Parts: sequence; structure tokens; C-alpha cells
Amino acid sequence: MSFLRRNGFAHGVHVPDFKESTCHLPIRRLPFAPVLVIPLSQHTGVPAIAIVREGQEVVRGEPIAKPGGFVSVPMHAPATGRVERIALAPTGRGDVSPAIYIRPYAGASQEILYGAPREIDPMTPDELIAAVQETGVVGLGGAAFPTHVKMKLPEGKRVDTVIVNGCECEPYLTADHRVMLEQPNQVLAGARIAVKALGAERAIVGVEDNKLDAIEALRKAAAAIPNITVASVPAKYPQGAEKILVQALLGREIPSRGLPSDIGAAVFNVATLAQIGDLLPRHQGLIERVVTIAGPGVAKPGNYLTALGTPLRWALEQAGCAADVASVILGGPMMGAAAGSLDVPLTKGVTGILVLTARARSRRKIHACIKCAACVDACPMHLNPSRLGLLARKERYEEMERDFHLNDCFECGSCSYVCPSNIPLVQYFRLSKQMNRTRKAAA
Amino acid sequence: MKPVIELRTSPHIHSPRSVESIMRNVVYALLPVCGYAVWLFGASALALIATTTASCMLTEYFFCKISGRESSLGDWSVVITGLLLGLILPPGFPLWMAAVGAFIAVGPGKMLFGGLGFNVFNPALVARAFLQAAFPVAIMGYTPALALHRFTEVVPTTFALPLIKAQPLTEWIARSRVDAFSGATPLMLEKFDHVHTELLPLILGPRAGSSGETPALLILVCGAYLITRRMMDWRIPVAMLASAFATSGAFYLADPSRYPHPLFMLFSGGMMLGAMFMATDPVSSPVTSLGVWIYGTLIGLITILIRLKGGLAEGVMYAILLANAVSPLIDNVTQPRTYGQRRGARKKEATT
Repeated sequence: MSFLRRNGFAHGVHVPDFKESTCHLPIRRLPFAPVLVIPLSQHTGVPAIAIVREGQEVVRGEPIAKPGGFVSVPMHAPATGRVERIALAPTGRGDVSPAIYIRPYAGASQEILYGAPREIDPMTPDELIAAVQETGVVGLGGAAFPTHVKMKLPEGKRVDTVIVNGCECEPYLTADHRVMLEQPNQVLAGARIAVKALGAERAIVGVEDNKLDAIEALRKAAAAIPNITVASVPAKYPQGAEKILVQALLGREIPSRGLPSDIGAAVFNVATLAQIGDLLPRHQGLIERVVTIAGPGVAKPGNYLTALGTPLRWALEQAGCAADVASVILGGPMMGAAAGSLDVPLTKGVTGILVLTARARSRRKIHACIKCAACVDACPMHLNPSRLGLLARKERYEEMERDFHLNDCFECGSCSYVCPSNIPLVQYFRLSKQMNRTRKAAA
Repeated sequence: MKPVIELRTSPHIHSPRSVESIMRNVVYALLPVCGYAVWLFGASALALIATTTASCMLTEYFFCKISGRESSLGDWSVVITGLLLGLILPPGFPLWMAAVGAFIAVGPGKMLFGGLGFNVFNPALVARAFLQAAFPVAIMGYTPALALHRFTEVVPTTFALPLIKAQPLTEWIARSRVDAFSGATPLMLEKFDHVHTELLPLILGPRAGSSGETPALLILVCGAYLITRRMMDWRIPVAMLASAFATSGAFYLADPSRYPHPLFMLFSGGMMLGAMFMATDPVSSPVTSLGVWIYGTLIGLITILIRLKGGLAEGVMYAILLANAVSPLIDNVTQPRTYGQRRGARKKEATT
């Protein structure tokens, strides 16, 4: 019973988007924190290897760590200063990672002096991919997967369409919206690089129809580029999920456990491509990103161009914080993770810092499943969260995976959001997946 | 209250809909039907609905108490069961029997399964089926609507005592008889006496029947309220009514002289109340999209078959109970195709 609208998808949920507090505010810069902390493992893959020693002076933009392998990226100094120490630091995942602590010099300029412009038009796809790795750019939409790896296709695979993901379907977040609005040319430059590196024919920018100004800005910028189109997609959560967007724009389904390249597509976030389009011609590295700081507990919500490594505490001091803060979320409210410490530094994959107050996050009584099917009608993957939840309660994890496709769940949170019984379904599913992984590893 | 530590991961926001708000709104939607029942059948209906509701709530409280659980009265679901049970019994039904029915509904029908969310059958219908088997005479004791002294005196059977033979209703009905209204329901008249009832009283409600099943139009409106508030699955009543219409329509076309018009079938008996408030009970209905359609269709079909081919005049109750029983099975065979999975992949994986 799916009624597919143009570019739309069946199921999903309409979540109030809470974007109006920040979507009209231009991107502003945040001052340097007293100490910037650069974890060597802030992307998916092999950690980077430090190439500076304690006490060394670094210049803003200079490489301070080299990639630890192909699925890895270098790090660059976000500020001119001195390497204070190389030690463990807490990360947003809740664990610790070795990190480079840099103390910026007082009055250090935000001008980037490192790097030299270069011509990128003559570069071959392989040279482009190597250059993308050099920039240290990873998926800025949250996944933090090294971008150059997505551009390097395995033997025999072919990609015809580059999908540029400008949906930003998470409530509160408007960082991508502002990037599209203020840097449409960089986004499109990045898209052209991706098209060339992948040997694709065209690029489609998918933007939710609640960002009409961004669509207009991109369309204007793309008018002169023949193989880039801008498509408007209905604003509905989780429209920005890779599998959902590809289906909406191309009508192709990514097979279970497969990748977009299996069906000839590659998906990049708009902010990721904006950075590539900006950094590649200037031969510079990724040292800052736009972050939405918002939520009911923030005094000055907005989109802040923030140096990587800025501790949450500093960012929140700058934006102003309410007294009754209940939790700080890294990312959006649907899929983001609660920060375990305010000493966690801002990393490449953090799209937003969300401050929720006690009132906004009141505790709700958990009832038994009343089989109302709200979750079944919400799941964008057409799973049966109701049944999966009941099986999880009975610890029948293998059955969940074998008969009910547990591993196709990408934890978008739609089921938990709509559940009138307040059952923490996604939490159950995460635990169940972990149980299955651990059991398989033990066997 | 014991201290509760809540550890939660994403999502960090939640839709305002909750079990309590849904159940409370179903109660709101039932209140006009209850009010109209009292207008039609008077003090007896009021006493009946009050008795079933209070008895259901007491039973739920009792079961929570003896099992050492926090009282679940706050989720409002037991109020729905209580009101519905009152609405599906004849208005003059003896109150002590109604109280026994309420105990059966909430005790064996719901709490012994584990409470809200775990019952297989609709609790109110479990009680109705029990009462029909246990008190076959009393459950047939229908009285006419709009009886003359309905607010000042009760039906004689209302205060009947256990184990004492109740007074026959015929005398009371004869005394308070309103023009053209008899104590038999339109379905009974149609089936056993071949007397046809006009459509208008069926739609508006002034006719004999269970206390709350008669105002078909009002029930439709109340159900529509829940549907617009997205608190009821519209697919179930649509499927059920369409299938009942189609099935009875087929019979009617085959032999219009023997079988009643399909519209009569839709607006008589407990069809509307069943479609709107009984079949839509989320707990005992399927969750899959296809399953919901099958479930509704099944109820409509069985209802009409019982009415036209069975020994009973009315079939909604047994149709819903039967569909409740197969609802888990329907769910099992109608699992949706997951995104990215090949069709039939589940079966293949299961056999290898």
C-alpha cells in the first residue's frame, strides 16, 4: 500500500523540525578555545599517525598527522600554536582516543596561511582521489567515513550518478542548509570533482522542500552546469538517509548489506562536497566545519564555523547555556548520541550540538506494546519493529536477524519516536545487533 | 515509588502521542454513544454502563494488587472495556450478571494474559461470549427504545437477583410499548419473523438492540473523530464494512426475496459498533498493512455468513473473536517486504 509521491518514499514520520531558530542566521565564526584537542581516530577506519612532537610549533592548516592506511585521513592544525601534549582524550563515542593537544597562541589569526593554490582541471581521477585524501575530508553528515574511499570504486563497479545529499532531515540542524545557501558554488565544485573522480555521468542534488531558498541558490549556481540538477524532495524524516534518498531520486533500492555503488550511485553530503570544492583548489586541509548549536537550552543558537578540536564546554560557553540542561547531544535529536563529557572535542563528523533541557526531555512511562502498528507504518525500511521489539525482550536475537532482517535497521529512530508505549525500540535493536556480533565473534 | 534510573539512547525527542492519550480519546469518543444509549433506554442503560465500568475497573485494580504491580487504571484501557461491555449488552440486562461479565472480561480476558497488550481476544467480547453461553435467556432480553417511563423506572430484570427466576419482560414491554417498536431486534425480526425494518431507525438508533449498538450514524461520527486524530486504524472498519457489504450484496443479488438488502446489514445489529470500536482494538488486531486489510475483510465476511447461514441472528461478536484468534497467524504470513531484500528471500533463507 505505498503511495509514492514524486521523489518521495512510503512510511517515515513527520517530526516537528525546530529549525526556525537557526535557519535564518548566517554562519558565524567561533573564537579559538584555549586548547584544541584533535583525536587521531575521529573517522571510520584506521587512526591517523601523529607527525608532530610535543612542544613543536604548528601553523594553522599544517598537517599534524598522516593517514594510517588507505581507509584513513590526515589531520591538520586548526590554529597556529604549540603542541602541548599528545595524550588520550574522550570522544563523542564514549571511549578515548589518542589526541594531539594544541594551545593556540594568544591572538592567533583565523587566516589560513598554509597551502598554495593549484589547477585541478588537468588532474586525473586517481590524482583527484589522492588529493581528496590529502585534505582529510570525511563524511561531514555524521558518518565520518573517509570520502576518498567512496570515490575509489572496486574493480568492475560503475557509478553513473552522484547523489548530493542536502536533505538535512534531522530536526534542529540547519548547518547544511546554511552551507547550501552561502556556498552553493563550492558545493557544486565538489560535486563536479566527485563526478570526475568516479567517472559518473551526472550529479543530482537532493534538497528537502522545507529549504526552498537553498534550492533556489543551488539552481541558480547550477544553471550553467549541464550535468548537475537540483531536485526537491518532500520534507519527511528520514529522507536524508542514504538508502531512502537513492530510492526517492533514482527509484533504485540498495540491496541489503550492499552499497550505493551496487546500483550505480554514490552519495555525498553537501557540506562534505563544499569542503572538497573549497579545499582542493587551494591545496589545504580540513580544519574547521559548520556546526549547528541549538536546542531549548541554548541562549544564542546559530550555525558556527568552529575549529576542529574545540571542546564542547567552550562552544557552549560561547553560545550560552540554560541552567537546567538535561543532556547535550552530538548530532540531531533523532540519531545523535548524548555526550558523556563536556571535554569531548568537536570532530569532523559532528553536525550539531544540541542542548536539551529537563522539560524537553521528560521521562515517560513505558507500557507494553499495544500493537498499534504505528512503528510498522513509520519504518522507512519496512521492517516490523513491533515484532522485533517483542523478540528483543525475549532475547531471541538470532531469530530477529534471520527472520525479521534486524541488520537492515539503520537506527533512524522513527519507531521509537512514534511508539505510544514509549518502548525504546532502537535501543533494543542496537543491543540485539551487538549481541549477535559478539556471539558470532565468540563462535 | 521506587527510584527509577532511565538510561536512554537516541532518539531524544518523542511524539506527543501516548497510550494514555489514545485510550483517553477512545473513552471521549464512546461517551456520546453512552449518552445516547441512556436517552434511548433510560435508567436501566445508565445503571448497566455504570456497573460494567466500575466492575471492570475494580477487577483490574484487584488483579494489579494481588500480582504486586503498579495499578494500571491510569492507562484508561479498562474504562474502554467497561463502557464497551455496557454498550453491547441488552439495556435491561441484570446488573449482577453484568458484574460477573465485567470480572470475566478483565480477569481471564485480560489480566491473566498479562494485562494491556498481551490479551489475545477483545476483553469485552470475551465477556459477551461468556454471558451468552451462561445466561442465554437474559442476553436475549431486549427491550424497545424510547419506552414511556424509561427515566423513572428500570426494566424489571435490571435488579434481578442471582439464582432467582426473573420476571418475564413481556408484561413490562406491553405496558411501556411505543408505537411499532417491539422487544425483538431488527435482525431477529428479519431472520425469524421475516419482518423488515426501515433504514431510518437503524441509522438513527431508536430500535431494540444492545444498549449502545443502535445509533449507527452517531457511532460512525465518533469513530471518525478518532480516525481524524490518528488514534484509530481506518483500514479495519473500511475493510470490514466493505466486505460485509459485498458479501451480503452477493446474497441479495442472488435472491432479493430471501436475503435482506446489504444496507440493512451494514446498519443493523452491532455492525457499526463492532467495526468502529471492537475490531479496531489494536492489541487483538494485526500490525502489518496487508494483515489489517485481511483481518477486516475476514470479520465482515464471517459476520454476514453467521447472520445469513448460521443459527444466530447476529454474528459480529463471533466474527471478531474468530479474527482475533487468527490475527497472530495473519501477522506471520503477511510480513512486509523489507527494503533491499529480494521478494521471498525470507523463505529461501529459512530453508537453507
